[in-house]
Amino acid sequence: MKNILNIEIPDNLNGIGSLEPFQGAFTKLKKGWMEEKTVPPPNKAKMPHSSKLCKTLREAIEKTKPYSGMTVSFHHHLRGGDDIVVNSIRILAELGIKDITLASSSLTSAHDALLPFFKDGTITQVFSSGIRGELGKAIAQGVLPKPFVIHSHGGRVRCVHTGKIKIDLAIIAASAADEEGNATGTHGKSAFGSMGYATIDSWYAKQVVVVTDNIVDYPCVPQSITQNYIDYVVEVNSIGDPTKIAGGSTRITKAPMDLQIARLAANVIEKSGELKEGFSFQVGAGGASLAVAKYIRKIMKKTNTKGSFVLGGVTSVGVDMLNEGLFSSIFDVQSFDAEVSSSLMKNPYHIEIPAGVYANPFNCGCMTNKLDIVVLGALEIDTDFNVNVITGSEGYVRGASGGHSDTASGANLTVVVCPSFRGRIPIVKEKVHTIVTPGESIDVLVTERGICVNPNRPELKQNLIDGGIEVKDIHDLAKEVEGITGKAKPIETTDRIVGIVEYRDGTVIDVIRQVVE
Amino acid sequence: MLYIPGNNPAMLQQGSVYGADGILLDLEDAVALNQKDSARILVSHMLQYISYEGCEVTVRVNHIDTPFGLEDLQQIVPLQPNALRLPKVETVEEITRIIKVIEEIEDKHGLPHDKMKVHVMIETALGVQNVYEIAQYSDRIDAISIGGQDLAADMQLVKSTDGIGIDYARKQIVMAAKACKIDVFDTVYVDTENEEGLREEAEYIKKLGFTGKAIINPRQIEIVNEVFTPTDLEIRKAAKIVKAFERNKAEGIGVFAVDGKMVDAPVVQRALRVLEMADIEVSEL
Repeated sequence: MKNILNIEIPDNLNGIGSLEPFQGAFTKLKKGWMEEKTVPPPNKAKMPHSSKLCKTLREAIEKTKPYSGMTVSFHHHLRGGDDIVVNSIRILAELGIKDITLASSSLTSAHDALLPFFKDGTITQVFSSGIRGELGKAIAQGVLPKPFVIHSHGGRVRCVHTGKIKIDLAIIAASAADEEGNATGTHGKSAFGSMGYATIDSWYAKQVVVVTDNIVDYPCVPQSITQNYIDYVVEVNSIGDPTKIAGGSTRITKAPMDLQIARLAANVIEKSGELKEGFSFQVGAGGASLAVAKYIRKIMKKTNTKGSFVLGGVTSVGVDMLNEGLFSSIFDVQSFDAEVSSSLMKNPYHIEIPAGVYANPFNCGCMTNKLDIVVLGALEIDTDFNVNVITGSEGYVRGASGGHSDTASGANLTVVVCPSFRGRIPIVKEKVHTIVTPGESIDVLVTERGICVNPNRPELKQNLIDGGIEVKDIHDLAKEVEGITGKAKPIETTDRIVGIVEYRDGTVIDVIRQVVE
Repeated sequence: MLYIPGNNPAMLQQGSVYGADGILLDLEDAVALNQKDSARILVSHMLQYISYEGCEVTVRVNHIDTPFGLEDLQQIVPLQPNALRLPKVETVEEITRIIKVIEEIEDKHGLPHDKMKVHVMIETALGVQNVYEIAQYSDRIDAISIGGQDLAADMQLVKSTDGIGIDYARKQIVMAAKACKIDVFDTVYVDTENEEGLREEAEYIKKLGFTGKAIINPRQIEIVNEVFTPTDLEIRKAAKIVKAFERNKAEGIGVFAVDGKMVDAPVVQRALRVLEMADIEVSEL
């Protein structure tokens, strides 16, 4: 069967089951309920004054009675410094556990060391919002026997609620925790800020282990994770490399191209009509997206405009804007640098939120629905404005769905910023290799060689033209780019589907096929 | 005007997207001696195949008395960029000689003599002394620029950031350009990390009368553009003056007052220049 974007989706896929094709961003949502049944959280009991403390991570894992075929979950708030995922899987492998489904909220190049466990049958399936580095290459080549699933941050919460991800063991790293498992990421030598993606795991996993390098006196304050969900607590010497976990402040890029695109994007936002008193705002943490914040800040000061809230993955740039009074509050599901962690700890208007409040489509309203403006990146974008943020030019998985489709669907103005080509690789093109966010959610594309407005937003196009901005047809831009780079050879794949990309509502928006070497 | 090293393909390809009024493809000081040939070949190809739409393209060739200068002219002149920038011009005899070579090449290729403009760079004490005679030698010369680094070296100046040592030269060169009614561009600001320093220098040279400034990093474009673009207040004031002038002209009045200040012909001329820089037509007012 074909989904609404004309992509062939099999009815059934070995290792996943039946698949439902994507039918549009709001087709399922507008019914007002979710047809899939939700699963109940586990039933547990604990005697007073019994100890949860374990001496080693291995002891804690052994106590949970792991078994082959289980699902183990993690969060990715430790960013590039994380040691807990790899150490835990190594212990499970040593215990002879096989056929694990790895359900980390995302995987980064810090997890390259998992590759041997992908190859030897320890891990056989992955649910994640992103996969990069060696793992991304290997899974695109088909190293896992079962197809992997890429979900959005909001979609992951739905997956847990519906039991699509049925977590047997959640191992939750914290930068401070007490003996009962109350835990936070806001202080300690490995402070990483919000634990927004981990809370759902603590509520739904059959067994939960909190791992910290910093046991504090009971009760730990503040509490992102609370003791009533926690089975075991472990103190380890290190949860990872603190320089990579608690990096300083995120610097705005100095790359001239990113700055130029950001400057153009800020101008587009200013003239769009959405940058008005009380607007809410989210930007991605990388390159041009983050740099947009620099120019928005300048415009807000110049026009004396005050925003409402900053959402999302938060950087020190957002914190600075809060401290300057440009925004009233920050709602933080993931923090990107040390300054954000300390702001989260000290500023009552900087609030930690769980992933469900951030972006889950199936509840009574997540915060991405209240976004006015979001600025997002892209690895590729096609002439229908469909965006790929997951596969690279060679077909390997090298990105993350993250909150891309969640925020794009919710925001009044979704701006995609990217160069029109990178090196010799066209970015704006007729067809992207993998669709993560449907074009219907994208309002405007800003590149160094042209600004293109989605035809379904004629009033936005008019606002930009009235503001003196030249608007280009995206087909013309794609042709212009092809004129410079030449036509790229399509990525060669086999028929085997090695992974699927879930849209936030659980339908399948695209599949990823095995790359031919 | 953004300098781009002639041997860097990626930068040459992207030169026009940063919002500079002009780009300067450099075959001279930005290119190492052993890269001169490849830069020349690359720039010639780029001129033929890359669209620099919306951007004036100038090529800085090597001095004619270096081993590369003549070959640069032979390869670049037939491609007729908007302008050629000639470095280290010191005397009228020299500019006479170079323009003769350029025109011979143009004749050989059946090209007109009035399409491609010539910019002269003044980068030595002797050049500063002769600048007016050089600038008025030919109608093809439509801009002068000062090369601060080479001039400081030629004057044996101790390195300083305040530009005091080249201040006289700047003023002399501006005066020569104004006398010839051509554009005049200031030298580069080398500390790309110092945005405030660049802004101060740009504001200073704008006051001296420079038309624009050469830059070496796209990040400098925004600041220089901000300094040289008239502010909303300046534009509103200028529009008011020009409108009052048009009204009074009809009634035969030459001198009048706007907001309590005397306005006569030179004030109107300056207001017209502000509108011109802001791309506003008088008929639109």
